[in-house]
Amino acid sequence: MAVSKKDVDYIKVLARLSVSEEETEGLVEDLNMVLSYVDKLKELDTDDVKILVNPIYIENVYREDVIEESLNSEDFLINVPERVENYLKVPSVIGREEE
Amino acid sequence: MDLYKKKAHELKELLDNGEVKSVEIVESLLKRIDEVDEKVGAFLYVEREENLKTARAIDESGKREGLLSGIPIGIKDNISVKGMQNTCASKFLEGYIAPYDATVIDKIKGEGGIIMGKLNMDEFAMGSSTEYSAYKTTRNPHDLTRVPGGSSGGSAASVAALEVPLSLGTDTGGSVRHPSAFCGIVGLKPTYGNISRYGVTAFGSTLDQVGMMGRDVKDVALITSAISGQDSKDFTTNPRKAVDLYANLSRDIRGKKIAIAKEFLGEGLHDDVRKNILQMIEVLKENGATVDFIELKLTDYSLAAYYIISSAEASSNLARFDGIRYGKRAEGTDSIIDLYSKSRSEGFGSEVKRRIMLGTYVLSAGYYDAYYSKALKVRKLIQEEYKEIFKEYDAIISPTTPTPAFKIGDNKESVMAMYLNDIYTVPVNIAGIPAVSLPSGKLNGLPLGLQIMGNYFDEQGILNIAHAVESSLGLDMFPGL
Repeated sequence: MAVSKKDVDYIKVLARLSVSEEETEGLVEDLNMVLSYVDKLKELDTDDVKILVNPIYIENVYREDVIEESLNSEDFLINVPERVENYLKVPSVIGREEE
Repeated sequence: MDLYKKKAHELKELLDNGEVKSVEIVESLLKRIDEVDEKVGAFLYVEREENLKTARAIDESGKREGLLSGIPIGIKDNISVKGMQNTCASKFLEGYIAPYDATVIDKIKGEGGIIMGKLNMDEFAMGSSTEYSAYKTTRNPHDLTRVPGGSSGGSAASVAALEVPLSLGTDTGGSVRHPSAFCGIVGLKPTYGNISRYGVTAFGSTLDQVGMMGRDVKDVALITSAISGQDSKDFTTNPRKAVDLYANLSRDIRGKKIAIAKEFLGEGLHDDVRKNILQMIEVLKENGATVDFIELKLTDYSLAAYYIISSAEASSNLARFDGIRYGKRAEGTDSIIDLYSKSRSEGFGSEVKRRIMLGTYVLSAGYYDAYYSKALKVRKLIQEEYKEIFKEYDAIISPTTPTPAFKIGDNKESVMAMYLNDIYTVPVNIAGIPAVSLPSGKLNGLPLGLQIMGNYFDEQGILNIAHAVESSLGLDMFPGL
């Protein structure tokens, strides 16, 4: 189940990473190396084993619906890369196709 | 009196007895940081004037009830401290200022602790040497040509170099215990759910825990007692009442049943590290414990399961770094997708990209069952294996790392060599149990670490064993720096 350059090109779109040709070659190599190592898991018979996601089982935890003070918006808005007053500025999300 | 040399519990006693002032401690540590941090490179940010003010206020108030009152603590740069940077050692978060305190910080401040600054790490906690920091190289205080371990390398190096008596790190696959072993200090990774992760940048959410580092077991017990417990802001925290590990610390381990897995002494282990662990068995026996060899047959599979699970969770957790609300935003992009992709690519380093790609691959259609589901099933088997051992034994011991600290640059280019560093620490996070690493000797001047793993929520048990070993060994781990 070797990873090809085509796979990496597909995965980088899913992962929202733009990767150069040179980096892509390195990633193909690295991913194949790690995946060939993890392939050893196939040695284990897990047909009747249930998956374990969290090491300690957790039920939903509820709390009382009490009003609490929220963060002062200026404290986090200082981190916004581009803003207009209290709005975040981003490139247009819809309508590009028609242009 | 060189206050920077004192451990936290010694400082606490001096403060409680009115023999020193907190401001003198802060001044002494700031001076020490100025003297050695240029060489060690542990800190990414040091809080100066503000801390002197806080210390003076504590001194003037005369109040001493806080468990950490007047004591300085260093924080890994992935735990939010209001008003300070929180870069995760990534260019992506350069310039970001945390708008709130993580729960652990809130608790430290509530107990009168002083936050000295933010410590270097591998970018987003991915690595075992701190070489993947986007900002600087942190060096091992015992040998400046070697790595401090990782990913909490700054947290370990700062404590070992006497720049701060206590620090917090995070541990997803060994990131607190590994650098603690390399730097000759004590580091505890608590049970999954023991300590709140609110305000801590997530890496692998079913593996991550905040970990505590200090120069002896007592200090680690002290800070752990101060920050443990359920938090309404982190639903994975356990409702059980937090134990006062500090007050209940004991060296009496007579009758304790300790296990060592044959698999831990296998291939890849340095000969002298093997000898060291065999010596530790004798030390435990001298303290009245029994030690039996057992089998943990799945040991070899833990690392493989870990890299699938942690990378999958990382690819999901790191999706939040999109360049919209905070952090890096690439210039000259023409669509929202282009903005995401370019911002992430410019902001993330190569190891982070590698893990996101691996994680995305194992979660993608067609590979999900073969890799991700398979790893979760193996996780179940590994957990059962540990649970079985803990039915009969109080603790399991192993070396913390297969070798002492390696040279800067030696493993950086070899992905698998770097990953294999975590072979002994990773099973603990897979199972979700607690484990402590403490100094067990030196090899050519470089510290070695003993790892003690315990049953769920038995932090007291493993700290007591560590305390007994530490007292018997009486090692001097001060670096000549």
